[in-house]
Amino acid sequence: MKKRALFCAASLAAMLGAGAAQAATPADILVIADKIDDLISLDPAELFEFSAYEYNNNVYDKLIALDPKDLGPLKPGVAESWKVADDGVTYTFKIRKGLKFHSGNPITAHDVVYSLRRAVKLKKTPSFILTQFGFTPENADEKIKALDDYTVQFVTNKPYAPSFVYNCLTAPIASVVDSKLLKEHEKDGDFGNGWLKTRSAGSGAYKLRVWKPNEIYVLDRAGDYWRGRAAMKAVFVRHIEESSSQRLLLEKGDVDIARKLTPDDIAAVMKNPDIKVESDLKGRVMYFAMNQKHKILSNPKVVEALKYLADYEGMTKAFLRGQYIVHQAFLPLTYLGELKDNPFSLNVDKAKALLKEAGYPDGFPVKIYVRNAQDRLEIAQSLQNTFARAGIKAELVVGTGKQILTQYRARKHEIYLGAWGPDYPDPHTNADSFAHNPDNRDEAKLTGKLAWRNSWYDPEVNALTEAAVVEKDTAKRAEMYRDLQRKLQQRGPFAIMFQEIIQSAMRKNVGGFVTGGAISQAYYWTVTKK
Amino acid sequence: MSDTADAHRRGGGDLLSAIVARAKPFVRLLLSLVVTFLGLLAITFFIGRVIPVDPVLAVVGERAPPEVYEATRRAMGLDKPLIVQFGIYIWQVVHGDLGMSLLTSRPVIEDIRRVVPATFELATMATVIGVLIGVPAGVMAAVHAGRWPDHLVRVVGLVGYSVPVFWLGLMGLLLFYGKLGWVGGPGRLDIFYEGMVPQVTGMILIDSLIAGDMGIFRNAVSHIILPSLILGYYSLAYISRMTRSFMLEQLGQEYVTTARVKGMSEARVVWVHALGNVMVPLITVIALSYASLLEGSVLTETVFAWPGLGFYITTALVSADMSAVLGGTIVVGMVFVGLNLFSDFLYRIVDPRAR
Repeated sequence: MKKRALFCAASLAAMLGAGAAQAATPADILVIADKIDDLISLDPAELFEFSAYEYNNNVYDKLIALDPKDLGPLKPGVAESWKVADDGVTYTFKIRKGLKFHSGNPITAHDVVYSLRRAVKLKKTPSFILTQFGFTPENADEKIKALDDYTVQFVTNKPYAPSFVYNCLTAPIASVVDSKLLKEHEKDGDFGNGWLKTRSAGSGAYKLRVWKPNEIYVLDRAGDYWRGRAAMKAVFVRHIEESSSQRLLLEKGDVDIARKLTPDDIAAVMKNPDIKVESDLKGRVMYFAMNQKHKILSNPKVVEALKYLADYEGMTKAFLRGQYIVHQAFLPLTYLGELKDNPFSLNVDKAKALLKEAGYPDGFPVKIYVRNAQDRLEIAQSLQNTFARAGIKAELVVGTGKQILTQYRARKHEIYLGAWGPDYPDPHTNADSFAHNPDNRDEAKLTGKLAWRNSWYDPEVNALTEAAVVEKDTAKRAEMYRDLQRKLQQRGPFAIMFQEIIQSAMRKNVGGFVTGGAISQAYYWTVTKK
Repeated sequence: MSDTADAHRRGGGDLLSAIVARAKPFVRLLLSLVVTFLGLLAITFFIGRVIPVDPVLAVVGERAPPEVYEATRRAMGLDKPLIVQFGIYIWQVVHGDLGMSLLTSRPVIEDIRRVVPATFELATMATVIGVLIGVPAGVMAAVHAGRWPDHLVRVVGLVGYSVPVFWLGLMGLLLFYGKLGWVGGPGRLDIFYEGMVPQVTGMILIDSLIAGDMGIFRNAVSHIILPSLILGYYSLAYISRMTRSFMLEQLGQEYVTTARVKGMSEARVVWVHALGNVMVPLITVIALSYASLLEGSVLTETVFAWPGLGFYITTALVSADMSAVLGGTIVVGMVFVGLNLFSDFLYRIVDPRAR
């Protein structure tokens, strides 16, 4: 027995020496440690999660593109030029010639039309980004057309602000998919959705090699990309659940970039001379909302008082360091119409005075609904502390994301603490949600709108939101959103507190990694390694 | 009735009753299996429908407009009465259809086929380590009861019970991978070997040997060695403790004293006769330990990024992906039942009295 055990140990040791030899990643392969368990489907007409958006950004092209080297202005994508007619509803796009899909099929206007119609007709969650322009499964064939092999035209139902339409066309729902390839895999009129859930049919810098859910997806460089050949010939994106495991892999050089390190691990790797940490703004804003159905919370002076009872600076200097910055408007910074004013800070005396005026000099009890994620719980506890200084006794109601969400959507909460991420890179996405509530009845069930969830109905704000989305002059439009945000700061039932920043830790030799900021997603094809 | 007619009847009846008598235990076994599985599935199914997590939200996301939400809900069959839903599910299972996973967009059967070999490989390696080290350790502890080998084994075992597995895993990774570089990092293989070994069993150690690729084999070993040592540690803590108990009981028996007096070598007394007599209960212990590892150790799988059954079921549970949870439950149930049957079978071979 003993001799056998010794022999086993010795042979194992011998094997280990040889097996664990390779540590650093090859110069032309990018390995990323991330959390990709939110990836459910790879079909652009269906995908709507963060990791899926990042995948999409590197595998598909859209009519209009964003330039990773100059994020913000819209650049030609599959469409080399576009215009809107004087009627304000007819949009025409000229398709670039000579582009090809990964399959070798050429990209034509017919592919673009197929892609847009498909996105509308499949009616998956993100389809609203296109259907909000008046497209329906019934009218898609008529409203979206190919005038010839290289000209696409569609007609919206209202003369929206052109910037609104163009911004939405940069979203993944508007990806151009390989219609010939998908038609070969169509089943029962599903437009190839069943097939495309786990495969790719794009024209981007990379094509999909394999996707193992909750484990890894692998991309291969697809020839010469028309926007610039990718330096990395393959990209491996691994799902590593545990931050410590991500950190170890990064420190050993077995991954090039670790994207989901906790603040503690980030602080630790910052001391490592082989690793650098890059910070970038993201689109998520953290806020707490006051249900206007609640008797006390519907008092405007109470709402204002609560906005002065959060320790914004304190939190970002302490446990939120490296994760959030103070930002008090509903549009994330870098969006068209961004507002940099942060009028609120912790001011207990002012809050007490306001509460006295409201008739609650001794405070009141209230419940804060929050989901059990560490950062949110810590923020909730901080709020409990600062609320208490004005006599407000806050009780935390904690649950899983889905539990708490169910209550929120049913308008059953009192104060809700949570985050909101934009759906597409246009200010209307958050304005529509925070500011717009045309029908405050319970039956209306506008659960997608935060204003409705909090039972807030303000006709002036509604009108301003509706006007901003059809404003043709982009500069004027931006000013309208600033005005809207100021109004919400003054009287909206939302205390917007922070905007998310994302920190990516990477080996020092990695360059050109653009995370896309608030309006876009990560670009793998710009990455280089020295 | 004539005597001959009676005899005929009795003779034919005897054959039939003989067949029935032989078949009875099998039929009883089969019936109890069916009832067990149905009960297991029923409880899991109804718990899944009762927990306050909305599976539709997991599919459509929180921004979905009401029409998409309703359409998806209907497509998932969630508007039908619970009993009907369960009935439909059982009907599908019997036809080999375990449904679609909400989170991976794939048939649950395909997911299971992907994750089970990973867990199987790890559990098997861990149990082998547990047996190879645990049984001799338990024997030595019993033979030298009260002296230092015994204390050593018991302390090592106690630490094994008490230390949290994810902590041990992380510490192990930090030391053996991070600082020393002796083993591979989290994951089953270095990423360059990803997809390079043709899938036969799904167990990379075996598949790479079949393909004759020693490079991949060595790499797979370097990745599996640490998690299986860690899980093996828990396994050996339990096995050594039980072995020690059983052996102490045996070594106190008369036949042992008799054999020693008769001049039989100590080694033979201990390792052949005493150990031989504890094989029966020991096999049960080992089978139980194996089974508990086979359902997948989600904490180990999380730390080591090991894409196994434990991680699969846990992520499915948290999102109320009930088809995946039920599919995983069926697999785990089958494992336990299978191992129980197997150890019963082994009894009959090892223990002449049971024949």
